[in-house]
Amino acid sequence: MSVRHALLALLSEGPKYGLQLREEFEARTGEVWPLNGGQVYTTLQRLERDGLVESDGNGEEGPQKGFRISAEGEQELTRWLRTPPDLSSPPRDELVMKVLVALYVPGADVHAVIQAHRRYVVELMQQWTRIKEYGAGSDLSMSLAIDAELFRLDSVVRWLDAAEARVTRAATEGATAWADQASPGNQTRSPLSRHRRETRVRR
Amino acid sequence: MSMLELRRVSKSYGQGTAEVHALREVSLTADEGEMVAVMGPSGSGKSTLLTIAGTLEEPTSGEVLIAGQPVSRLSRNAKARLRRRTIGYIFQDFNLLPGLTAAENVTLPLELDGLSARKARVPALRGLERLGLRERAAHYPDQLSGGERQRVAIARAMAGDRRLLLADEPSGALDSANAQAVMRLLLDACKEGGMTAVVVTHDAQLASWADRVVFLRDGLVTDQTAAAPGPESFLTSERNQ
Repeated sequence: MSVRHALLALLSEGPKYGLQLREEFEARTGEVWPLNGGQVYTTLQRLERDGLVESDGNGEEGPQKGFRISAEGEQELTRWLRTPPDLSSPPRDELVMKVLVALYVPGADVHAVIQAHRRYVVELMQQWTRIKEYGAGSDLSMSLAIDAELFRLDSVVRWLDAAEARVTRAATEGATAWADQASPGNQTRSPLSRHRRETRVRR
Repeated sequence: MSMLELRRVSKSYGQGTAEVHALREVSLTADEGEMVAVMGPSGSGKSTLLTIAGTLEEPTSGEVLIAGQPVSRLSRNAKARLRRRTIGYIFQDFNLLPGLTAAENVTLPLELDGLSARKARVPALRGLERLGLRERAAHYPDQLSGGERQRVAIARAMAGDRRLLLADEPSGALDSANAQAVMRLLLDACKEGGMTAVVVTHDAQLASWADRVVFLRDGLVTDQTAAAPGPESFLTSERNQ
C-alpha cells in the first residue's frame, strides 16, 4: 500500500490536518494497514517537498499542521490510480517451495505437508469470515479488504487441491519428482527450465 | 449435546476385486448449534457421508446416532419419521417441485407428516418470511432466481421442528454473493435457531463459514480445523488488532 498516494487521495476531498489524515487513513483502509504517526508526518513532508501538497505554512510540524493537495498532486493521484501494479513476476512463495521440496525429501509425506498448509489456511479463512460477518458491520472498506484476503487465501487452497491431485496422478503414472536429476546426462531441458531460461534472457 | 454422531462408519460397494471403500471408519460429531463443513475432492466420500448421516443409506459397519439415538435400532417407520421430522436436506440443484408454488414446496413435507394444507401454510409462510421470501410465496420455481430457489429449499429443509440440516454443495449452482448468502442463512439457523448443520463442499470460502472444517480424503477423515472463535470475541475486542 502506498501511504503517499493514500494521503493524496484523502487530501483530494479537501484540506485536512495531520492528525485527521492519520485517523482517516486507518479508517478507510479497514484498519488492515496500521500506521504510526511519524510515518504520516514524514510522508507529508516529502509530499510537500515534491510539490504534490501545500501546507498552511504557519503551523508547526505535527498533528495540527494543515495540508491541501496541489494541481500536480491531483495529476499524480489520477496517474497512480490507473497504473496497474507490477504483477508480471511470480512472487517467491514459501508455501509453494515447501511442497516442491517435500517431493524429493526422503521420507517426507507430501500429502501430509499439503494438508498441514491447507488446514492452516482454512483456519485463517474461518477467522477472516467471522471478522467480516461479526466485526465489519457496514464498514465497506473493511469488508472489501477482507474479501481480498479471503480470495487470496482461497487461491492458495485451490492450488493445494490441484497440487494434491497432480501428485496423486503422478504417483500412479510413475512420474519422478525431479526430471533433471532422475535422468543425469539427459540434454533435453524440461519445459519449466526452458521457460525460466527464456524469461531470464528476455529480462 | 451431539445432534449427530458417526462412530467408525464404513461403507463399501461391490465385492472382491471390484470392492470400493467409500468411507473407512469415519468418526464425526456435530453438536447442537454447530455448523460443520466437510471438505474434500470429488470421490473422497463426502456425499456418501451425508446420505449415511441422513439415514438415506445404511453403513456397511459402524453406527450413526441422531440426537443420541442409534439409527440401526430404529424400526423402518421410526426411521422414516426421523427423516420427515428431524432432518432437513438441501441439495445443489434445489430439488423443488416445478408444479408447486414456493409456499406449497415448503408445506409439502409438513403435509406428508400429516398436517393439513391449511395448518402447514402458517409455519411455511413464517419460514419464507424469515428468509426474505414472503412476497415470492405464490411464485413457481421457474419464476424465481437461483438464489431465491435455494432459499425456498432451505425454508423447506427447516420447516417444522427440524434440528439437523444436511447440505450437499448447497451453493454449487449459485454466484458468489448468493452462495455466501446461503451460508449465512445456514449459520444463522445454527446460532439463532439452535439447529445443527453439516455442509459438504469443495469450496474453502464456503467452508470457512463453519465452526469446524473436517477434511476427507479417500474415505478417511484426515484432519480438522480447530473450532472457529465465536462472535463474542469479535464484538468485545472491537477490532483492536
